[in-house]
Amino acid sequence: MTPVTRGEPTLQAIDLTKRFPGVTALDSVSIDIHPGEVHALVGENGAGKSTLIKLINGVYGADEGELRLEGEAVAFAGPRQAWEAGISTTFQEINLEPFMTVAQNLLLGREPMRGFGLVDVKKMNADAARLLRRYGIAFDERRPLGSVGVAVQQMIAIVRAVSTDAKVVILDEPTSSLEPNEVEQLFRVIRILRDDGVALLYVSHDLDEIFELCDQVTVLRDGRTVHTGPVANITRLELVATMLGRDVQDVRSSGKTAFDIEGRRIGEPVLSASGLSRYRVLSDVSVDVRAGEVVGLAGLLGSGRSETVQGIFGLLRLDDGEIKVNQVVLKRGSPAAAVSEGVGLLPEDRKAEGIVPTMSVKDNITLAAGRSVAKWGFVSSSKVEEIVGKYVDRLQIKVTDLDQSVGELSGGNQQKVLLARLLCNDPDVVLLDEPTRGIDVGAKAEIQALIDELAVGGLAVILISSELEDVIEGSNRVFVLKEGMVVGELQGAAISEDAVMDLIAHAVTDARPESA
Amino acid sequence: MTAVTSPAPAVTSEKTWRFIRENGVYLALAAVVLFNLIATPNFASLRNAQLQLVQVAPVVIVALGMAIVIGTAGIDLSVGAVMALAAAMVAVFVEQSPWLAIGMALVAGVLAGILNGSLVAFLGIQPIIATLGLFVAGRGVALAFTSGRLVEIFDPTLAALGQNRLWGVPVAALLAGLLALVTSLMVRRTQFGRNLIAVGGNPRAALGAGLPVRRVLLIVYVICAVFAAIAGTLVTSRSAAADPSFVGLLIELSAITAVVVGGTPLSGGKVRVLGTVAGAFLMQLVFSTLIRHDLSDADARMVQAAIIIGAVYFQRDRGAK
Repeated sequence: MTPVTRGEPTLQAIDLTKRFPGVTALDSVSIDIHPGEVHALVGENGAGKSTLIKLINGVYGADEGELRLEGEAVAFAGPRQAWEAGISTTFQEINLEPFMTVAQNLLLGREPMRGFGLVDVKKMNADAARLLRRYGIAFDERRPLGSVGVAVQQMIAIVRAVSTDAKVVILDEPTSSLEPNEVEQLFRVIRILRDDGVALLYVSHDLDEIFELCDQVTVLRDGRTVHTGPVANITRLELVATMLGRDVQDVRSSGKTAFDIEGRRIGEPVLSASGLSRYRVLSDVSVDVRAGEVVGLAGLLGSGRSETVQGIFGLLRLDDGEIKVNQVVLKRGSPAAAVSEGVGLLPEDRKAEGIVPTMSVKDNITLAAGRSVAKWGFVSSSKVEEIVGKYVDRLQIKVTDLDQSVGELSGGNQQKVLLARLLCNDPDVVLLDEPTRGIDVGAKAEIQALIDELAVGGLAVILISSELEDVIEGSNRVFVLKEGMVVGELQGAAISEDAVMDLIAHAVTDARPESA
Repeated sequence: MTAVTSPAPAVTSEKTWRFIRENGVYLALAAVVLFNLIATPNFASLRNAQLQLVQVAPVVIVALGMAIVIGTAGIDLSVGAVMALAAAMVAVFVEQSPWLAIGMALVAGVLAGILNGSLVAFLGIQPIIATLGLFVAGRGVALAFTSGRLVEIFDPTLAALGQNRLWGVPVAALLAGLLALVTSLMVRRTQFGRNLIAVGGNPRAALGAGLPVRRVLLIVYVICAVFAAIAGTLVTSRSAAADPSFVGLLIELSAITAVVVGGTPLSGGKVRVLGTVAGAFLMQLVFSTLIRHDLSDADARMVQAAIIIGAVYFQRDRGAK
């Protein structure tokens, strides 16, 4: 598939570095995108994919490094400039008008005129129809754009981009909301563009798509390039391993984490979820966890691991499924009901879903404590201080003052505040979604040790982590998810990185969840 | 208004600015009082103090309810219309019994609050739109109850509420003070108060912590409407007439101004009760000062507008920190 002589790359990013306060989002990343090639960009959450895209399409400026378009150094002051220079990103809705027709959108700003400032509607529609035909899109160009499906809107955005001379097209997870037949249609358009010599950057975490469509692949991890090369030269297993930061040949020895699963005594089943389904997201997912057990959910980003715990907790509406906690059927779609039955969720996105930035450390910890700190609806400050003091000691939360604003704490300490919030409710089962993401090494080990301690104390834990070693070393059992389905359950000695990666790479799902 | 332009070391000036920003409403209030003490004849009289208190009381009460709604990142445009509804209830039922009249006014408040709160909490309609309905319709309903007329009221019990004094302080002002105290306790000391702050500060976190987000929103709108109904009853009692066309007209703007000037951010997650009270006093005094010094009503309104914009500007600055 890859031509032997590829000529000059259309777009070259050279040693791009982007720092945000406290974190280097992208560290000296280079990527070459050649004309007539589809270049896949993959990586887990926080790997730096979206930062790289935003550096290329002008949303951010790079702190270091250079961007070359057709050999010439370029620097964009904003997305508009990048777009005018020929770098187009799908989902740039600024360029599309939902109330205008498909034809008007396609030819916006360059409509054929009839004189007197009047648009030649007939010619415009004919031109638009020709464009659509060329890319195999069967669609009435006179319909308003807003009335067509997301897939067609996307294709129209792409067609509009290339018909205005786009040299580079960036597709950011274009299939995430498409039906299987729409995916095929989109791929057809992408292949026509490729054959026309457009350089395409394709962001996805769907392995099947990458192997079906892409010529080159670049893997980012923790803001660095960990692999770049032709898709034909890498196996699925190798790709999964690089994405997760593992080495296939040399699986590292255990002991990387602070987990110690020896001391746990597994007890009675506490939570069992069966047949969790949601259109396009989850398909018949069943998981369970017992007292004293840590159950890991493994899978790539988008595999449905977070959605599973959100479904259990009632944050994600389910089409079907039953959740039982201590033999009691949980009311669906109600986090409050889940909490009162003894379920707690540590959300994946600490800032957006966890902390209340306008409240103090003290109030954040006891936010959900309810009855244990309040009598007749009045909060007892002595009880609050007692509970907060206990958890600040136990979790070693570093604060200068309990009335300090929670926003002033470091990521690790904020995470501990949220863990304390969960624990002071005295739960039977906790769902921990990425408990150690984005925090420093020391806090990470402390939190891992804490999870251990909780399990030994009889708590049932469901653990999600994009760090495979966390799941491998921390879990008594592991469910492996792929495309919204459970593709395997591993237990005890059978839990290994090889086994998990093998399931992720090779397990066959029925294409997409909805067809199951 | 205050002179803090002296050059100082960077840290000090940073701290000074923060102090001014967080206590601006009190400083401004002090400045206006000081100005009046010097420049306005008869300002420091008991009569004037009583007059100012009586006039500010309904605004304070409405603003308190508005403050907790804004604390949840909401807004209630219908408070003026709810005041008119309460006035109409008083007019209709006062013949039978003044207590029944007051009771029915409060019931009207509860119903209005349930309507607003349900739209926001259960149907997820944006507060500004949800309360716009009652803002438009409420006054119409009130006018229908009184057949579109001003109804004079001659009930001594009811009149006492708005016109009498206790220890020299107008009863209406005492009531406003009491409600301020209750609101402050509720926000600072009760679980409900913390829940409402959490809902405003981060609704997704509140939901994820298992808080009864919808119930909190519903109750907040009910409290706000009941406070508005109390204010409507007070105004009716004071003027010895129920005039649904004018009772509480434009008060939503004064209330929102008082809340914002008092340091409660429109983005929610924080409620400053004392600041709200001070904000209401500030706006009242600024207005009466301007009138007393022969500015026209129109000019006074422009000054009011300038204060609102200035206050919001300071808020924005704080948020950016």
